[in-house]
Amino acid sequence: MPNSGIEVLFEGSNFERLLGGLLVTIEISFVSIIIGTVLGIFMGLLRTVNSRPLRLVLRLYLEAFRIIPILVWLYVVHFSFSPMLDIDISGETTAILVFSLWGAAEIGDIVRGALESMPKHQVESGQALGLSSRQLFRHILIPQAVRRMLPGAINLATRMVKTTSLVVLIGVIEVVKIGQQIIELGVIKAPNASFWVYGFIFILYFLVCYPLSRLSRRFERKWQT
Amino acid sequence: MTKTGELLLEVQEVQKYFGDRQVLKGIDLQVERGEVIVILGPSGCGKSTLLRCLNGLEPVQGGHILYREQDLAGAEVNWRELRQHIGMVFQNYELFPHMTVLENILLGPLKVQKRERAEAVQQAQQLLERVGLLDRAQDYPRQLSGGQKQRIAIVRALCMNPDIILFDEVTASLDPEMVREVLDVILGLAKQGMTMIIVTHEMGFARSVGDRIVFMDQGQVCEMAPPEQFFTNPATERAQHFLNIFEYNKL
Repeated sequence: MPNSGIEVLFEGSNFERLLGGLLVTIEISFVSIIIGTVLGIFMGLLRTVNSRPLRLVLRLYLEAFRIIPILVWLYVVHFSFSPMLDIDISGETTAILVFSLWGAAEIGDIVRGALESMPKHQVESGQALGLSSRQLFRHILIPQAVRRMLPGAINLATRMVKTTSLVVLIGVIEVVKIGQQIIELGVIKAPNASFWVYGFIFILYFLVCYPLSRLSRRFERKWQT
Repeated sequence: MTKTGELLLEVQEVQKYFGDRQVLKGIDLQVERGEVIVILGPSGCGKSTLLRCLNGLEPVQGGHILYREQDLAGAEVNWRELRQHIGMVFQNYELFPHMTVLENILLGPLKVQKRERAEAVQQAQQLLERVGLLDRAQDYPRQLSGGQKQRIAIVRALCMNPDIILFDEVTASLDPEMVREVLDVILGLAKQGMTMIIVTHEMGFARSVGDRIVFMDQGQVCEMAPPEQFFTNPATERAQHFLNIFEYNKL
């Protein structure tokens, strides 16, 4: 197939560059997921605290991320906050910041849901055996909460991987941007390149996200009660 | 059935409120070692609440609960220590779904009582064998039927070597054909001299397992009598009425 356009993938260092772009995508999403999870666990614990003002504030925080598009968050932080505060935040740092805060909000909600759905009787059953509160958390509540959380958390992770494609718009060079560069460079020589480049990116996203959703399904099946 | 005369638990004038509503209005009860007490009464009469007060799942607002000269109604009770001696089995089994049957049974002995694993496993296996579920030791609770889960819950309580076990309507959630297998286990314990307080709606079972029937209504003990006397010739009108309802249900 001469000039089908597929060869553009292997021209020069294009292949490596696309993989490098994928690495940026993975880095932003995974660093954000880790930071978001740590913050989110605190957030979730705080949301079970019996204080109305605190719960209201945290609820507003969650809704802010649900209602306002992530793209707007990226713009606000990148183009408004950093000039206003006169600090130079790179696009990648901005992305990690926004995604971590988003992750904290969503993970917080997942943790809260998991803790609140724990039947009171499980606690009583543990108490009736003489377990201390620490042992109750360690052996009964946390293992069960984690089981309830994991599918939701993994689902969030795949959503984050996909949403990182937005960071192109604040100047981060990730996999989609590199794809565009490759296509633009070869637009005359290989007009069909976009099909192959985007097709390849399609496969790359699939390779990252599919194992995650498989993992989540496996946990769900293993832990169904 | 094997009364010893040794007083194990004494409930004196116990009062319990949920908000403004008084659910226990001065309960008195004495339990000797080896005795099987069956508590009967219409729903909402306070019988389950009374059980829950006996192992500290509900605080009481008045009166005394004396267990080996210690007042459990006091403020400074070490419930962690006490609950090892006063076991409880719940209506909905409440096995831990993320642990195997064996892990469920061993949790208390290993983590609370800090016993040797080998010795605890041996006891767990003996008990499992006794209830006919030794082959299910590595299964998860979701793989078991309701009756099997409840037998495991009984084994879990037994493996702590308690002085007394409280049974809170343990057959109420079971399909009728599974009630028997659970009641048989409890009957076996009664024959071995285990001290038990049983809240149930199974009248035939109450009659055959109980040393004494305690009939409660509206937060009070109305009548306390040996089963034969209670079922054939109840002294109070409220007990007669209660038993009549069950007679009618049988028609």
